[in-house]
Amino acid sequence: MSTTEPIALVPVEVTVNGQWYRREVEPRLLLVQFLREELRLTGTHIGCDTTYCGACTVLLNGAPVKSCTVLAVQADGSEILTVEGLEQDGKLHPLQTAFSEHHGLQCGYCTPGMLMSAHALLAANPEPSSKDIRKAIQGNLCRCTGYQNIFKAIEAAATELRGKG
Amino acid sequence: MSWVGSSLRRKEDDRLVRGQGLFADDELGAGMLHLYILRSPYAHARILNIDTTAAEALPGVACVLTGKDILAHCDPFMQLGPSPCDKIRDLPLAIDKAIFQGEPVAAIAATSPALAMDAGQLIEIDYEMLDAVVDAGEALADKVILHEAAGTNRTWHGVYEYGDVEQAFRDAAHVVRIPRLHFHRYASTPVEGNACVAEWTRQGTVDFLCNNSFPGFAQQLLAPGLRLKVDQVRIRTHDIGGSFGNKIWNYVYMALAALASKKAGGRRVKWAELRTEHLLGSGHGNERTFLDTEVALDSKGVITAVRSRHIDDCGAYTRYEPLGCVIWSQVLPATYKLRNIRIDFTQAVTNKCPVVPNRGYSRMQQLWFMERVVDICAHELRIPADEMRLRNYITEFPYETPNGCVYDSGNYPAMLAKAKQLVDWDKWQKLQAAARAEGRLLGIGIGTTLDSGTNNFGQAQIMNPHLPFSGNAEVCTMRLDFDGALVICLGTGPSGQGHETATSQVVADEFGIDPSAVQVRSGFDTAWNTFVGHSGTYASQFAVTGLSAVYGACQKMKAEMRKLAAFLLKAPEDQIEFGSGAQGPEVRVRGTDKAMGYWQLSNVINNNNAMLDASLADVTLNIRHVYRPPFSVPDTKRKFGNLTLTYAAQLHIAVVEISRETSRAQILAYAAVDDCGTVINPKIVAGQVHGATSHGIGAALMESFNYDESGNLLTSTFSDYCPITSLNIPDIAYGSIQTPSPFSYNGAKGMGEGGGAPLHAISAAVQDALYESGVIVTGSHHSPPAIFAALQEPNRAHAVSVK
Repeated sequence: MSTTEPIALVPVEVTVNGQWYRREVEPRLLLVQFLREELRLTGTHIGCDTTYCGACTVLLNGAPVKSCTVLAVQADGSEILTVEGLEQDGKLHPLQTAFSEHHGLQCGYCTPGMLMSAHALLAANPEPSSKDIRKAIQGNLCRCTGYQNIFKAIEAAATELRGKG
Repeated sequence: MSWVGSSLRRKEDDRLVRGQGLFADDELGAGMLHLYILRSPYAHARILNIDTTAAEALPGVACVLTGKDILAHCDPFMQLGPSPCDKIRDLPLAIDKAIFQGEPVAAIAATSPALAMDAGQLIEIDYEMLDAVVDAGEALADKVILHEAAGTNRTWHGVYEYGDVEQAFRDAAHVVRIPRLHFHRYASTPVEGNACVAEWTRQGTVDFLCNNSFPGFAQQLLAPGLRLKVDQVRIRTHDIGGSFGNKIWNYVYMALAALASKKAGGRRVKWAELRTEHLLGSGHGNERTFLDTEVALDSKGVITAVRSRHIDDCGAYTRYEPLGCVIWSQVLPATYKLRNIRIDFTQAVTNKCPVVPNRGYSRMQQLWFMERVVDICAHELRIPADEMRLRNYITEFPYETPNGCVYDSGNYPAMLAKAKQLVDWDKWQKLQAAARAEGRLLGIGIGTTLDSGTNNFGQAQIMNPHLPFSGNAEVCTMRLDFDGALVICLGTGPSGQGHETATSQVVADEFGIDPSAVQVRSGFDTAWNTFVGHSGTYASQFAVTGLSAVYGACQKMKAEMRKLAAFLLKAPEDQIEFGSGAQGPEVRVRGTDKAMGYWQLSNVINNNNAMLDASLADVTLNIRHVYRPPFSVPDTKRKFGNLTLTYAAQLHIAVVEISRETSRAQILAYAAVDDCGTVINPKIVAGQVHGATSHGIGAALMESFNYDESGNLLTSTFSDYCPITSLNIPDIAYGSIQTPSPFSYNGAKGMGEGGGAPLHAISAAVQDALYESGVIVTGSHHSPPAIFAALQEPNRAHAVSVK
């Protein structure tokens, strides 16, 4: 294909954090770019180009995906949860509170992706072992914390959520 | 109660856990252009021709930049080094030849990142490949020359000699020779890459929103490079997604974005670095080779002298270098009491990515070298590793090193005892004996290290006597706002270190108020913040420079408030006290019910000042305080002087088992003990220790920038470079001791870089595991291939000798 031809746009409809959106996008647009540039949800970050770092992790129909490795058109018709959707009625999600209480973040760049992977873990496994926690965030890179306090934060949030359930 | 010393929850977290931080790439806007950089695929190649016709014709492309544009609109960036560094032509794009793989050769600004990339594919470049030199030792032979105008690859040479080295060797009971040690190339690679949005405004100024971590320095380099006055370059930062020093020289890319904006008629241009670009071209840590090392010891195993020849590899351009050729000497003898040292230090350019200060910058290479020396000597002389350290540690403080640095305080034996207890040393000694009996390779290693903080920039004059730099400083401005809040601006520009929180703790204590009444501005703006050239977050100094500036501003503010309150409440100044009343923070007259809220004081100055008399003319409730540590210019001829104010210390112990099947070194237990003097926020300090430990473990076991002989980077994606993940990090047993610094007002020492302790501890543990197999650990990277090779060809016969 010649790159000088204009690229035909494709409609995409998604529900993000409970809000419905429709946009026309280039078929090559990545979901992470769609969220950031089209919907202006910049809490989802980009940290690499080989699906390694997980800063862009969001929940696609409940499953954690690296949104740099999903095309926006592939997400057509789906429900997406991003970090901006974690807080409910002005109240932080227990994971958000636990990350802060346990100093599970420093620069905060990996945090949104970390929170989303942890969210998916706790939805599937309310009582994770320390090994489960390590495995759940193995695709989320953090360069600041050495992961120690992230492990503690996820454990604390799991305890808190079980207490509620 | 005191807020300093408490683990106050961080103020920064409120926005960051919500995904509401403002990182440079988060800046969006209609009509913004996106920059794509086309980079040299070759490590060394002449650029014969660039054809941009097809790219420029692509709809949506605003402009294409090549070397011609750069020469027309840009001057080379200042290099810090003496001759021949001044002959190095450092520009945002290669002009007639590229000298490292990944060097920018052309750039395209277009309406979307994808379109800019498309256009990049339409640019045709004819290269003539040249021989590359990727080893600094070979580079010194000058067979392949990178910078022809400089005429040599050697960028710096100096001899550091103290005491009577020759005599010490004549008197020695043992002399240990280690022909070669090598510290490998890696970087801490923040998850947020470099990024900026640049706008060449209609007024002819440039506005940057970026993530540069040393903006006061960047501004001084960018302005002349872009042919502007300093005040015409505005640099703003907000949240920065980690730096670890790596974001100090992204000004080269900021200039490129600015020139693209200029050529595109002033449209805003965003550059957000791709990860591969980051690994290829954003700055690596210093690689260093230590040759012909000789160690003199007395009969008890006390080291009396070291002589050695060190070659530092700074990559293709010097930029911040050759500062690293001096900075290491902040920790010349490491934690050891030897007085006789001779080190011949040389630096060379090679066809690899330029280096950039990386967490532990230049000191950890020296500390790793000294730790290897101590460790290898211990093994060769059959002295237990812990005993060897105890015989050689410095124990009296303050301690002046042979080159005039003053170690402020410390207690290394106490740290060793604590680390042994945390890791359960005695248990592992027994397990090790049992494992060895079964033929398993289990090793225990100690790493003692220093995190020297608060630089005396005068050391730059040892590197280049003509540099007009010395001392250090940091700035705090403080305003009492209409509502009585204390609003604070810092010069520091942090990248995750919690400065908003720690500052609030100090201010809350000084005024006797709640930290919530303190507002610390996030981010940095050269147009509105006040700052000095030293301002920034680097070199483990905030707890000293930043907080001393805050403390000084508090005293000035309190003096003004006291004077104003005494006038308004008609009481002597010495009767005015600070506290919190029913309506919040207030000043009151001791022993009475006469009080005024902070907001009332602010209101008098800002809205209601007709009752004030001339004696209050100097009261503005707008404070600026500059903290300057007590430094003098070093003696540049003798290379002698106090180069840093504080010396935080770290002591790590690693227990490692090496699999005979996979050659993988696995950490079985890990302890890290920290001493940074008085701790401001224990949670933040422990977090910094965890982070520095993680970088060091990653570097020791996984992360390495490997180049082939032609200068191709073989680890140019995260999938190849393999930064440490949650699966590879062991549980870290953390402990601390506190030896307050006598040189800072609060007893704190700057900390955070960590001094590369895990590299020292893991190298020592691998050494301990492999010594009986005839292996001397001479490198800092212990990947399975490196260990496999070491076990295949045990090197002890030629890697060490003892007389």
